[in-house]
Order: sequence, then C-alpha cells, then structure tokens
Amino acid sequence: MALDAYQKREFKQVGTRPNRPDGVDKVTGRAMYGADATAPGMLHAKVLRSPHAHARIVAIDTSAAEALPGVKAIVTAADFGVPEDAFLLDVQDHCMAREKALYDGHAVAAVAATSLAAAKAALNLIKVDYEVLPHVTDVDEAMKPGAPVVQAGRAFENVPAGMSENVTHHCEFGHGDLDAGFAKADHIIERSFRTAATHQGYIEPNACLASVTSDGRADLWVCTQGQFFYRTLCAAILGMEASQLRVTASEIGGGFGGKTMVYMEPVALALSKKAGRPVKLVLTRDEVFRATGPTVSSSMDVKIGMTKDGRITAAQARLRYSGGAFHCGTVDFGAQAAFAAYDLEAVQTLGWNAMTNRPKESAYRAPGAPLSIYAVESVVDELCQHFGLDPLAVRLKNAADKGTKSSYGPTFDQIGLKATLEAAKAHPHYAAPLGPNQGRGLSCGFWFNFGGNTCVSLSVNTDGTVGVTEGNPDIGGSRASISLMAAEELGIPYDKIRTIVADTSSLGYNDVTDGSRVTFAVGLATIKAARDAVQKMCSRAAKIWGIDEDAVEWVDGAAVPAGPNAGKFPPMTLAEIAAVSAETGGPICGHHEVNADGAGVSFGVHLCDIEVDPETGATKVLRYTVFQDAGKAVHPSYVEGQMQGGAVQGIGWALNEEYIYGADGKLQNPGFLDYRIPVASDLPMIDTVILEIPNPGHPYGVRGVGETGIVPPLAAISNAVSRAVGVRMTELPMSPPKLLKAIEAKG
Amino acid sequence: MVKVLLWGTLRSAADGQAEVEVAARTFKELLDELAARYPGLEPQIKRGVSLALDGKIYREAWFTEIGPDSEVVLMPYMTGG
Repeated sequence: MALDAYQKREFKQVGTRPNRPDGVDKVTGRAMYGADATAPGMLHAKVLRSPHAHARIVAIDTSAAEALPGVKAIVTAADFGVPEDAFLLDVQDHCMAREKALYDGHAVAAVAATSLAAAKAALNLIKVDYEVLPHVTDVDEAMKPGAPVVQAGRAFENVPAGMSENVTHHCEFGHGDLDAGFAKADHIIERSFRTAATHQGYIEPNACLASVTSDGRADLWVCTQGQFFYRTLCAAILGMEASQLRVTASEIGGGFGGKTMVYMEPVALALSKKAGRPVKLVLTRDEVFRATGPTVSSSMDVKIGMTKDGRITAAQARLRYSGGAFHCGTVDFGAQAAFAAYDLEAVQTLGWNAMTNRPKESAYRAPGAPLSIYAVESVVDELCQHFGLDPLAVRLKNAADKGTKSSYGPTFDQIGLKATLEAAKAHPHYAAPLGPNQGRGLSCGFWFNFGGNTCVSLSVNTDGTVGVTEGNPDIGGSRASISLMAAEELGIPYDKIRTIVADTSSLGYNDVTDGSRVTFAVGLATIKAARDAVQKMCSRAAKIWGIDEDAVEWVDGAAVPAGPNAGKFPPMTLAEIAAVSAETGGPICGHHEVNADGAGVSFGVHLCDIEVDPETGATKVLRYTVFQDAGKAVHPSYVEGQMQGGAVQGIGWALNEEYIYGADGKLQNPGFLDYRIPVASDLPMIDTVILEIPNPGHPYGVRGVGETGIVPPLAAISNAVSRAVGVRMTELPMSPPKLLKAIEAKG
Repeated sequence: MVKVLLWGTLRSAADGQAEVEVAARTFKELLDELAARYPGLEPQIKRGVSLALDGKIYREAWFTEIGPDSEVVLMPYMTGG
C-alpha cells in the first residue's frame, strides 16, 4: 500500500484539542499583522482611485503632486510594463488601471510620501482627465446586445458566436437525455434566482510593507494566503527574478479566499523601487470593499423534474455569473458543483461569465458553489413542498454515493453524503417543534477540495524538541494541526513541536492556502517528512547498537529492535538519539516535497430554524446545526470553527450582505455600517456534528473542511424563510425590505 | 487506448464527441495527444485542466499512469478559496 493511502490506526494525539499556538499572541495584541511591519526610513503610500464606473484615462498630470514637500514617488500604469500573459495582465490591470478605469475605485495612481498626510494631500493634486463611458454593473444587462462593452476582445474560444462582447467564457457539463428525463416527471418546477456579490469580510484590511534596494533585491512583508504566489505575481509584474524577491507572510486577520490575489502589493514595490525607500501601504475598509475581490454576482435558472414519490428524473441549470471587469472562470465550479449531491440519470448545467464594471472577483470559500447550489436546493425544496414529501427523505432517496456518476463527470469513490444526511435525520433538531412565523430549512453542500504543491521541512533539535517549517499562512489552525500530525507520527508530545510558516526564501514552493488543501496536503507532507526523520533516527540507533538499520523500528517515540532476532537493546527515545546526533552523523531532519492529489470531495448538510417578523421582514436565526464529513478531524475544535465560520458567512450572504451599486455605477455601501455582516448577537450557537468517513487518499483519512461549510447556508436559510412566510424566495440577500415586500405581495 | 470523457463545451472541438479514445499511458501523453488530434482543445489545455482518474482529481501530475480500463474525465483546472 502506498504511504499516502489511508491506513486505519488508533490515534493518540490526532483528534485531541490542545491549545492553539497563536492564541496568546492574538489575545495579548502581540501578533504581527500586515500593518504592523515597519522599517527605518519607511514611506507611507496612498492610492488615487477612479470616481467613475467606466472611463477612459485621457491623461494623468502628477507634476503638482510631485512638487509637494514629502512626496518621494508617484506611480501610474506608465511605470509598469504590459505583460504578454493575459492572466497576468488582468492581475496587473486590476492593481493599476492602464487605459481605462473599469470600476468605481479602480486604482489610477499611487503616491509614497514621508507621512500619510502628505500622501493624502498629494492625491488631491494629481489631475486625471477622464472620458466617462457608459457602464454596466448587472450581469443580465451586461449580456444583452448593445450593452456597454467593459473590455473588447476578451472572449474565449468557447463562447458561442453572437453573444455580447462582455461574455468571456462558457461551459457545459452533464450527461443523459434531458427530454426523456423531464417526460418521466410528475411535476417540473423552473425558477429564476439572483444573488448579490458579497465580500469575504475579513477583519484585517490588506496591508504590506515593500522594500526594494538599489541592487535590485526586494522584500515584501504582507498579509496573504500565499506568499509564494504573491512572489510569482509581483516578480513577474516588476520584472524581477524570483530569487531576488523574498515575501514574508504576516499573521492573517482572515482571508477566506480574498487574500489569494495581489491588489496593491506590486504598486507598493514599484513605489519603493522608485523612491529607494521602504513603502508601507495599508488599505482602508472603503478601499477593501471597492478595490479588492468580492464574489461573483449571479443570475440563474434551474429546472428540475420529480416523480410524486420524490425521485428526480432530470435537472438543468443555466448560470450567468459576473466576476467583474475581467475574465473569470468561477462559473465552471458553480456549474460542476450544482447537482453534485444527486445521483441523476439526466443532468445539464450551462454557465456563462459576463464582464461588468465591478472589481475583479476573488475566491471566497468554495468559489461559485454556494450560488448554484442555493438555486438547485431551493427548487428541490419547492418540489418537496409540492408533493408533501419530507425534504431529508427526498435528498436521501436521490443522494450521490460511492459509484455514482457525478453530474460533472467522474464516478465518486467513498463519500460521506448519505451518512451526513442520516446524521441530520437522526438529530433532535430535525424533529423539534416550530412556532408561528417560523420555518425549518435544510440544504446539502459540496466542494471538490484539492491538494497541490507542498513542501515541508522538519528538524529534530538536540534537546529532543522538533521544529516543523511549512509554507502556508495559517488561516484556520494549520499550525496546530500540523504539529498534531507530526506529534502523532514521531510519538512525542504536541508541546514538544513548534510549527512555523516560512518566507519564500526558506522553503520550496507552496501553493496558496486555498482549496481546503492545507490540513490535507501539508499534513500529508508533514507525515512523510516525519517518516523521513524517523528512518534517519532508526539508522542512527542501528549504528549505535551495531545492527542492521532494517532491524530497527519506531514505536511510541523511540527506536527499538524489530523483534528478538535483532538483538536486545533498550529503546532509544527521540530525545536520546537527538542528543548524540552530532556524534552519530550530524543534524537529523526530515523533508518532503509533493504536488499532492487525492484530496477527496467533501459534503455537508445544514439544518436551520428561523423566525420572520411579518411586520418588519427581519429574520432571526433560532437554531442552526452543521453536519459535515471531515474524513478525520485532526483538531476537532478547529474543524468545528471552520464549520461554524462557514455557516455564519453563509447566513450573512443569505440575509444581509450585498454589494449595492447605484445608477451611477458607484458602490453605495463600502463599509461595515451599510454592508451588514452577522455579529455574535445576531446568531444562536452554531451546533456542529463532525462525521469521519476516511479519505482513502490521505494516510490519516483527512479531508479538507474549510470551504464546504459556506455552501449550504444560502439555501438552508432561504428554504426556511420560504416555508415560514409561505412565499418562495428567489433572490439573495433576503434583507428585511425585500422580504417584507414579498410578504405584502402575498397578501 | 484510453477513453476520455470531455465536458460539454469541449465537445465541439472534438468533432462533437462526448468521449474520445487516445493512446496514452500518462496524463502528459494524454494531454499532448488530445491537443495534437484536436487543435481546438489546445487553448483550454494551455489555460489548464484537471484530470479525474477513477474518481480521483489530479491538477497537474504529468506522469500519473493511466490504465487501459481507467475512467478518465477531463475537468477545468481546480482552484479554491
């Protein structure tokens, strides 16, 4: 059996709940976040942003700003090249508008000065001559013939002829005979849905400190989910060699996918290069909303046929996503995920991406999936209502299982959907009574998960402690999980291990912390690095004992002779072997590098009870339970935290969060006062039920858990609200005015 | 020969076929063969594809071996948040 395949075992440390290693620093204010980095001679930067949704930049005059005392450098698009690679060009254009400002808040120039006040004053002296152009911020409007063209000539070859120039991408998935399937149905429901763009809502605004020296070497300290990817992008945009740019990730105050992409870091580096001094750039909350990466907005049609006993006979979804003013492939994931929870004979999903005058979309937990699954799960719920069927029983009847040909192509291996549904069915929550104006909703959720490029180094210190060096910022408890897996493998206590996140010059390339990949992939690499170190320690013990190294095995943190024929020697612990490492051959380290695959898909089921105030349209979440397959919960408290966090973010998406654009194309609510995320007082305790159906592709059975949790809440809440008010809701968020309007329209 | 399932949008570039047969022993050979035989697939392959092999998703892994009876599904390149 391959070493990365699942092997059943009794865990001694994995599955426990030790204190988090970053806890003390975070609650005492010692943790170093992006904005905490400083350097001698540091300048402060500010960015000038477009006040227009769409405008040609005719000219930029920076002369007056440059003459202002304290101003050391100003950059515009003219200070950057024009990358040949289309993806990189989009990334760069999003950081600094080149020929056109493509959305309200798009950067057009940046200043570095000796004080923040001087930088702000300089912004007012930069004269930009704009030719204002017609704009479009709605995805359906953008797809109409004659819509203002956001960028010309960006359509992929897969876009059918005759569509609006804003349509950049088209996809189709599915199998089976739709017409025959719908013909078998006793009832068909077809509905259209819309969802607003939302922001990840991370608490820490994007921040960095860039320092480029006159000999061409550079450092970037930054709040990021992926220091290596930031290095790749920044080096390419700045025309630097990767080895000359060291990127160090700070502690991170939330990311959720939003910090997988550069927004102003290349600008800070360009300013530093021009000024010859370190430059700090910290975005305001207004800038975070206007110019980083929100989710896609969407417009969707879903059609599902069902027999009267609850069997789905055919299903189709048409998804129109907009990822802002640039190309975006997120609709691929929405289309593939839409019907993943179901075992269907006939299914089709069609997707289109259309450009709008909005900021470039960035990932947000399971990008694209919450929207399409919201629409699908809403129609399934309405069909259950139509036939008077139990919604859980219907989902169980149609649930994908091992051997199911998925709606996006592959045949599923071992998956946890049915077990998750059964757990929900058996939970007291499902049978609890409801009161007036209350409703109960449920939804399945799905995410693919993946592994990716990973590099781990593990060093055995001479005092018997161990250092683990990984390359992924810890956004969800990975340092604790990695230490636990190393402790499990080495057989030493958790508190003898310290895991740190390395900069880009200290370790091989690691993919971004995304795709729910870190506990899976970095965990896998850590286990193998630990096994590498164990092998070396067994070899040292063999030398000391004068026996063949094959005659030594590792048991409970110590080398022991492997059976009576190997000889009789007392066990040598890790600490004992480490203490004499200099005498036995030098330092003992373990390494592993891998592009990990086999992450294993993830399913979840959410159950919620809500109450709607019929006089105001306000919705209160009364009870919420998350059921999710974690494969193996390495640190159950963090797993619960991921499940709870995903649920809360999804609740916000369902009830209040939205990018609101005015007729002028300007974002109306770029602040937490008007962009309402749920706070603790809005919510009940989010209960969690962790299921552990081992992932065959990981030695401990681990599956990623970071993303699936945000997928079901949109539909679970909407289904609960729809049942409470007696009206099928089809637009998110279901903010009080919209809900009140629906209630009043019902009469 | 390996049977490869294409997602819907790719089919027009493969003479309308949902499933094509190619001679390939690895992921890399499969991609090279597909691009050579169906030039219309090349832009998507260059942008990135994932490969589901018997239900397990690979994002790169050129040298992943493909058995003659393996279920092979081409998928868009996976990313996440």
